[in-house]
Parts: sequence; structure tokens; C-alpha cells
Amino acid sequence: MKVTEKNGHEYRVIGTRPIRHDGVDKVTGRAQFGADVRLPGMLYGQVVRSPYPHARIKSIDTRRAQEHPGVRAIITAADMPALDTDAVAELGEGAIELKYASQLIMARDKVVYQGQPVAAVAATTRQAARDAARLIEVEYEPLPVVEDALAAMDPGAPLIHADLYTVTPGGGKAEQPSNVAKHIQYERGDLEAGFAEADVVIEREFRTAMVHQGYIEPQNATASWEADGRLTVWTSTQGAFSAREQLAQLLQIPAGRIRVIPMEVGGGFGGKIQVYLEPIAALLSRKAGRPVKMWMSRAEVFTGTGPGSPTYIRCKLGAKRSGALVAAQLYMVYDAGAFPGAPVGAGAVTALSPYRVPNFRIDGYDVVTNKPRVQSYRAPGAPQAAFAVETVLDEIAESLGMDPVELRLKNASAEGDRLVYGTPFNRIGFREVLEAVRDHPHYNAPLPERRGPYAFGRGVAAGFWFGGSLTSTVQLTFNPDGTVNLITGSVDLSGSRASLAMIVAEELGLEPHEVKPIVADTDTVGYTDVTGGSRTTYATGTACWRACQDAIAQLKVRAAQLLEADPDAVTFGGGEFWLWEEPQYRISLKEVVANLQKTGGPIVAKGIVNKLKMAPAFGAHIVDVGVDLETGKVDIVRYTAVQDVGKAIHPTAVEGQLQGGAAQGIGWALFEGYVFDGGVMRNPNFLDYRLPTALDLPMIDTVLVEVPASDGPYGVRGVGETPIVPPIAAVANAIARATGVRIRELPMSPERVWRALGGADQPASDDQAGETG
Amino acid sequence: MSTKVIVETTINGVPETFVCEPRQTLLEVLREELGLTGTKEGCGNGNCGACCVLLDGRPVNSCLVLAVEAQGREIVTIEGLAADGLHPLQQAFLEHGALQCGACTPGFLVSAKALLDAHPRPTEQQARRWLAGNLCRCTGYDKIIRAVLDAAERMQADGSAGEAALADKAEAGATGNAPQSSSRPTAGEEVRPA
Ligand code: FES
Ligand code: FES
Repeated sequence: MKVTEKNGHEYRVIGTRPIRHDGVDKVTGRAQFGADVRLPGMLYGQVVRSPYPHARIKSIDTRRAQEHPGVRAIITAADMPALDTDAVAELGEGAIELKYASQLIMARDKVVYQGQPVAAVAATTRQAARDAARLIEVEYEPLPVVEDALAAMDPGAPLIHADLYTVTPGGGKAEQPSNVAKHIQYERGDLEAGFAEADVVIEREFRTAMVHQGYIEPQNATASWEADGRLTVWTSTQGAFSAREQLAQLLQIPAGRIRVIPMEVGGGFGGKIQVYLEPIAALLSRKAGRPVKMWMSRAEVFTGTGPGSPTYIRCKLGAKRSGALVAAQLYMVYDAGAFPGAPVGAGAVTALSPYRVPNFRIDGYDVVTNKPRVQSYRAPGAPQAAFAVETVLDEIAESLGMDPVELRLKNASAEGDRLVYGTPFNRIGFREVLEAVRDHPHYNAPLPERRGPYAFGRGVAAGFWFGGSLTSTVQLTFNPDGTVNLITGSVDLSGSRASLAMIVAEELGLEPHEVKPIVADTDTVGYTDVTGGSRTTYATGTACWRACQDAIAQLKVRAAQLLEADPDAVTFGGGEFWLWEEPQYRISLKEVVANLQKTGGPIVAKGIVNKLKMAPAFGAHIVDVGVDLETGKVDIVRYTAVQDVGKAIHPTAVEGQLQGGAAQGIGWALFEGYVFDGGVMRNPNFLDYRLPTALDLPMIDTVLVEVPASDGPYGVRGVGETPIVPPIAAVANAIARATGVRIRELPMSPERVWRALGGADQPASDDQAGETG
Repeated sequence: MSTKVIVETTINGVPETFVCEPRQTLLEVLREELGLTGTKEGCGNGNCGACCVLLDGRPVNSCLVLAVEAQGREIVTIEGLAADGLHPLQQAFLEHGALQCGACTPGFLVSAKALLDAHPRPTEQQARRWLAGNLCRCTGYDKIIRAVLDAAERMQADGSAGEAALADKAEAGATGNAPQSSSRPTAGEEVRPA
């Protein structure tokens, strides 16, 4: 179903559903993912990881491993440049201080999370590498573990980093070191006066678990360090240029000597931006003089990469009887894991910006603990914040006896309303999305009757993501048969090749299959930021559009030659060049391309995007749940995701983004969560950390609302992040409507729901509550 | 270090002889020794289905099968699915957009082929149950299930499935796919509810 704002355009290719260009390779097993690389003389690498969440490294003895048959190289932190600078590595979606990034690759002196690398070995077979890794003897002196973020904030808590001083809201630094890396604050109006005005005030506490992106393909890297100092790295990354930059900084070698070849990526969701294995494979290769390939086991992925931030949020909202929000206060603690950098900033901004709130204060904290250092996870920071705000909103609607969608409509931000940091929104479609929800058959359908112990409830929740821009480069070259090569630096995580090719096809009057999208490596295409933050179709798509305008301008000159006319007399449309004044003189773009050699040689067109306006995408989800009141098990019985997508270039791909994001959000709500015991993860596998399966989900309906963005071609907006924002709160609200009980801690596992329903007298013990049934 | 073993098997209809360590998994040998990298490793311990192959026609997680167990048996991998052009499942996956990153896709296709071999006309619930051993993190399964059901329908229309006899056997539990099946599956065999 589609709701399209009439904007007077009919497109030939945009909005159609061609088969994606890389599709056949991916259904036949031919597509080359990172772990599929095979090079002559290749060795296999294996990392040795810390079993302790916090410990001093007293010694590392590699002698026995060194003698193991087949072993060709062993490295420790001593083989890496020591980086004691304050420099920051920009990841394109998040940032990390270089000295910390270096310790994510290899611990020096001290380990600060379980799974942190302490050494690595390369050998002729994978078995030999694994056997040798077990022979590396590391002596640790365990230190007190800080597992929980609130406990870590306690002034008496053990310090994880002796040199970490809180950055205060004004930009100053605290005098004493602590585990609080940063305190941020956003304020507007008069908080007390606001709450005094309110007819209803509700304040609640929320806790979310550490969750993993759960991409099916584990991290991998293959590196070849040549004798002349050149380094080539094949890897599954969301951004080849970001990986190159990180490698250059971590290894302290010039970026120009590094070539990163991005392989097909088996899912990223923000987790495949930070490099982990790449520098290790590079150092092993340098030492061994041979290429080295390595990949992580699933347990290594869980403990050794960057999950999504666990949070504690206190949310207080005040509203008038009319439903108008008058005041809000948020206290948000985001757990960064072992090194600073939790996405509390985005959490704070996405929490309240969807609504007009005249008086508010938000305090956010970025706190370190002895857990894996978090990374971006799809709309980083936003789902946790939406869980809190959207749940309290639902309670306010309940207590005012108001429809929850009406309450949101009453307060929804529109163009000109300001985000919490003061910048006004440009064109957004939040109201249109809420109206589509209100009018949707699902929202108006009667709920199933209660059946035995099975009670039903319907929940709604909303959310948004900014829609980033950053930098993208696109190059177009032309083949004699009239086809076009589209060379991009944006790696394709989910089918963006097709969307980009469709933009070029639309502009040049070609068919989508006549455009060949090529994801190029760092030696071949201009700088391009990561695929992440919902920026690829928007920003790289705009670069494609610009490259087409460049191509048309250049081809017009050639067409003029062939038409024996002045270039100013030539115009282009529908794949043809013709003369303004004498339209009977015309020549197809394909013919011009076929004659490039005769008219002055090849042409290369380029499109560069460096900064576009923000193109926020709002979404709202409707979910019906069935709760088994005897066991606490929650079933998703119907689900509809509504989102403003600006313009759906490839609707199938857009629907897929909405469905996939919703599924991840449902998993976060009901099943997923790291279970820690003294900082040690107890469930690092897909059996005990349970992703939703086909059996856990119904079909997921989508509604694509199209309110054009202010910038970029066709009004397109990035769509990937937003769909993970509403589901948690939507599910929680549905459970509350079904049972009358509010669950404010994730995951809402059967045990937790059952206990909340009074299924047992004592509250859930921490270690059991996270487990899934 | 252990002595290597010679294994004679058939892969995608072609006789194949390889040498492996007794502890190597079929998945590792397929990928690292035989260059059949279409089969993916997602977890290495039987929980994701990305490594699904057919062993004598039955879907198994190849990360839980030792390579030596392939001796004298027939293996079909994703590379063997397309015969004359794409398999209807592959075509349906493309048309429905049933893949995003594609890491789970080979496992789903092999698993789904086994499903349609056993149940040429699965219901949605049957398909969801059968494919519950395959994790996909990108799609939310909606388009995958639709593609599988559509492929089944098309194969029926073409008469290209038609393996009714096989289906009947499967219904009778002869493939051991029912979890309560009395014949306990050997190591690595996928237990799938029929
Ligand atoms: S790799 Fe996950 S089941 Fe085999
Ligand atoms: S398409 Fe990415 S895991 Fe299924």
C-alpha cells in the first residue's frame, strides 16, 4: 500500500521493482563475501582473547606456540605502534579515540573486557592456527569487574581507565577521573513551571539489555603486506575508505599505501564499520611474508565486536488534559562498554525531537564498564530512547482516555519545529505517517477475542532517524554498446546497487539493466563514506543524479557534433538528444555513446556529494500481540510498519528495510540480550541469544508514505534506520493493553512477563531474567 | 596433527575425492579445500542454517557434519541447485526480493528445496516451521516465505515438482524430519519438524 503526495512527477524507472543486479550471484552462491577470499600461499590467522573482563596482563609466553608445526607468525601489542595521542578516529557513524581503538585491536598491559585480543597467530592451516593459539600462555592478574553502568557511576566504583575524566556539558573536564566519559545536557524553557502546568505527570524507569546486530556473516579479513610496503586488505566492511583510514592510523602508515577491497557484506547494521581483524591480519602478513585470512567464530563475534548499548533511562512527561505536552525530563545512562563512545547524544536528540515540548531537560551520560565496547546498531541510541518516551506517552494517553495516535498527532513536530538542539526540522512527514496509522484498516480492525489464557492487545509507537549525508563519489563511464558503468564507493549491504542504477537509468533514459553498478575499492574511486545512517540512497543517490547531469552536459557536446549543430541548440530528454528548434533532428544517447571515439574519445562523468540537508524519516508501527497469561509468552499476531520514505526508488527494497528493521526491533523487545555473569557473557551463541526465526513472526505489512525531502532528487529519504526505532515500545504498549501490566525492562521474555503478571512472588533474578524461552 | 583421510563422495552430481583431517567439518572442506564457497558459515555450531547442504537428499547443517562422514554419500550445495537456468526457488527469491545481504540465502534455498521435495504444497505455517532453523537478520522473513510459497505454486503449475511419492514418504516420517522420530538422526543431521 502506498500513500503518495502528488508532486506532479511521473517516473519511468523510479518506483519500479527490477531484479537487483547482484541477485543472480547471490542466489547461486557465486557472490564473493569476505571469507570467500582465497590467495596463493595464504595462511590462516587466529586471535587469542582474554577470558577475563578486567585484568592486568603480567606476561605473554609465545615460545611453545612458536614451535608448533605450521606456525609462521605470532603477534602481540608489542608489534603494534603505541598510540598515546588524543587523536580521534572518525568512523563516519560514531567516533572513537585512537588510543582506545588501538586497544580494541590488541590489549596492551591490561584487558578491559572479556574477548579482548591479546595475541594472534598465523599458520599454514586453520587447525594449526587454532592449536597454536591455545599454546600461547598469558598470565593475568584479575581486577575488580564493573559490569553495570549505574554501579560504574558510583564515586567509589573501581576505575576502568585511570586517565578518564568526565567531559561536562560546557565542554570542561572533571577534576577527578571516573567511569563517566561524558555528560551531555539539552534544555529548553522552564522545567518546573512546565510540570506545574501539567494535569498529568508520569515518571518511569526503563532498562534495556546489551544486544547484538546479529549479522549472519561473522567479521573477516584477508591481508597481504607486500615486500615493498604496500598493503592490500579484502574485507566485509560497511566502508572501505573508513577501514583504510583506520588502518593507516592504527598501523601508522600512509593511507596511499593501503588498498582496501570491499567484499560482499553479510549484514552490518552499524557493526561493520570499526575494524577488528583487519590490522591483525595485516601485521601477521607483514611478519610471515604471506597473505593471511581470518574470520571470527560466532562466540568471538558476540564478545569481540561492538554490540548495541544497554541503557537505563528515567523518563518524566507532563501533559495538559487536552493532551498537549508541557514538560519533559529525561535522565539517560548509556553504557559504552570498555571504552567511551555510547550513542547517548543521538538517544537524547531522538527521544524528544518528534514532539513539541516547550519545557524540557535531558541529561545524558556516556559510561564505561567491563563489557564489549559498543558500536553503532541501526539508528544507534534511538530505539532505547523511544522505548522510554513512547511507553510513557502511551500511559499518558491511557490516563487521559485519549487515543494514543491522536495524542501523538496533537504533539507531533512538523516543518519548522526545532530539534532538541535548536535546529529546525525541514520538511518531515510525521503527521502524514500518524494519519496513515489512524486510517489504516489494521488500526481499526477489532482485536481477537480472548481465548483461554490467551489475551490480545494492540500497541503503537513512533520514531525517526535523521537521514545523513556525508560524502559520496560516483563515476560514470560508457561502453560502446550504450551501457553505462556506475562506479561507486558505497558498499552494497542490501541491494543499493539496484537503487543507484535505477537513478542513473531514469536520468539517462536507459533500462536499469543497462546500467552496471560496480562497488569499487579505495584505489579506484573517489572518497566515499560508509554505508550507514540511512545515507546511501539519499547521498550516493544524489551523487548519481549529479553524475548524470555531468554526463548529459558532456554528451550534449558530442551529440551536437553528430547533429552538426551548436551545443546550445541541443536538448536532452527520454534518452535522446535533439535540436530545440528542429526536433526532427535527433540522436539517441546510445548512438552518441557508440560514437564517442569519433567525436573526441571517452568521457568520464562524476558526481560528488559533500553535504545535503538532513532528510529525517519518521515511522510508526502498529502491532497486535497475543499474551499467554499462564506462561508469559508473547506472540506477534499482526504487524504493520508505516514510514515516510520520501520517495521509494525500489519499493521492494524499501519494504524489505521496514520489515527487517521491525523484526530486529521485535527481537530486541522479546528475545535478545547478553546475559552477563561478573562481566563474562554466558550466552555467546545463537541458541541462547535468540534471534527471531520465521516461526516467531507473522507477515509484516508496510505502508510507504511519500512526503518528499527538501533536498536531493525525487524527494528521496534514507529509510534503513527508522524501522528499528518504534517496535520495542509498540510491543510493550501492546502487552500492556493485553494484560494491564507494563514491562519496562528488556527483553520482555516469558519469564519476565510471567513474573510481572504475578506468576511468582519474588522478583526476577538478574541472570535468569535475560534468558529467553 | 592427525593423519589425513581420503574421502570419496559425490558433490553436485560429480564424483569428488578429497583429503582431510578427521576433525574437519564438511563445511570447512567444502569452503576451504574444494572452493565451494557458496555454502556460508554463520555460527559454526548448528544454530543458523547458513551452511545447509543436502546429504543424500536430506538437509543438514554442514558445520555439524564431519567431512569424513561424506564418504560414499551424495552432497548437493547451493552451487548445484541451478540446472538448466535458475531453480524456481532462485527465480522466486529474485523476483520477491527475498534477500538483502545474501549471507543466509544459500542456506535458505537449500533448505527450501528440501521442503518442496518433501512437501510440494506447503502451507505458510509449514514453511515457517521448516525454515525456522535458518536465521535471516535482514528481511524479517516476509519476502522469503512469500518466495517459497510462490515457487511451490509455480512448480506445481509447471509440474516440475511432481515428486509426490517422495512427499508421501516424508509425510510418513520416513525422512526422519520429525523431532519425535524414533530413528535418532546421526550427528549433524538437521532435525526438522515435518
Ligand atoms: S554455520 Fe550456522 S548452522 Fe552451520
Ligand atoms: S538477507 Fe541478510 S541475513 Fe538474510
